[in-house]
Amino acid sequence: MSSAQLEVAPQRLAHQFEDIDQQNECYIVGMWTFLVTEIMFFGALFLALTVYRSVYPNSFFEAHLALNKWLGLLNTFILLTSSFFVAMGVRAKMLGQNSATQFWLGLTILCAFGFLGVKYVEYSAEFREHHFPGPNFHFVATQPPGGDLSANSQVASGQPNISSRDFPAGYHPQQLELHKRQLFFSLYFVMTGLHGLHVIIGILVLGSIWFLIRYKHPSVDDYMTLELAGLYWHFVDIVWIFLYPLVYLIGRQ
Amino acid sequence: MASVPHDDHGHGGHGNHHIPKVSTYLANYVFLMVMLVLTFAVAQVDLGALNIVVAVLISVIKTSAVVLIFMGVKYNSRLTWFWASVGFIWLFALFLTLGDYVTRQWVHLPIGW
Repeated sequence: MSSAQLEVAPQRLAHQFEDIDQQNECYIVGMWTFLVTEIMFFGALFLALTVYRSVYPNSFFEAHLALNKWLGLLNTFILLTSSFFVAMGVRAKMLGQNSATQFWLGLTILCAFGFLGVKYVEYSAEFREHHFPGPNFHFVATQPPGGDLSANSQVASGQPNISSRDFPAGYHPQQLELHKRQLFFSLYFVMTGLHGLHVIIGILVLGSIWFLIRYKHPSVDDYMTLELAGLYWHFVDIVWIFLYPLVYLIGRQ
Repeated sequence: MASVPHDDHGHGGHGNHHIPKVSTYLANYVFLMVMLVLTFAVAQVDLGALNIVVAVLISVIKTSAVVLIFMGVKYNSRLTWFWASVGFIWLFALFLTLGDYVTRQWVHLPIGW
């Protein structure tokens, strides 16, 4: 396939723009502006995770062991693959190949549902084991021998260097440890939940475009519609790229 | 003023937008997969405090691959480059607030923080 044959499908120019290139740039910069707000939004949550993880490293390490790192790995694989699919879809749309676009979009949406399916399995297990924060939160340590319930034993033995933050008066050490682990699960559910919401919105947006292409709606004549939706989908992937190692693969401190 | 005939104006046409090669996308995908395996493998090795440094570093590399190739920032205008960087620069500034948490330990308060 020679590159000379490939040409971007014609686009309609809106009257406020000088030329197509300027119009495309405006669309893309506009989308990136939205993505910057999204980076700020998720960035604050990652900061919260970083702070509490550094304050309670042992509790966070123990709590994260309850997550299934293999399912997390599977979901990372699914999202990275869907990112490739949507990039291929945008490329096909750019060349004006509508049925190829639908094919790649279909695969992307399938991946998105696969991701939510895996997440459903994970959430079910976590609800069953009462890991969802709230009055019924419960945590049974599944520590192999050799590992210690370090935070517990440290607090109980009253080692030095424990500030009052770690051991406020009137708190039973076990109860305190439970609160710290609940904090981890609060962050876990907020972050993965909001990310999951973004995946659902992604399915709605990409699904709508799939149908608009099918019915040859004029709003999807221009490949920019899909290009921008693709940018959004890649962003959702990027959030997960950071979520997976920072939530599922916490190292021992 | 009478309308001046203009090549592109009001008609649309073909932009200069770069059409990426399929092989570029495929290579990027394979690269991401290798990095994913690396993410998982490194996490199984106990590097102490270095674990998180390596994990974040690999995530930054993966993100760069997605942003530059899949999101096409590499082929886009300088304005897009700038705008895409703004978010990540902000993120860096946000994490500077960690300085507060680090330096709290330097000052001992008898009642704690």
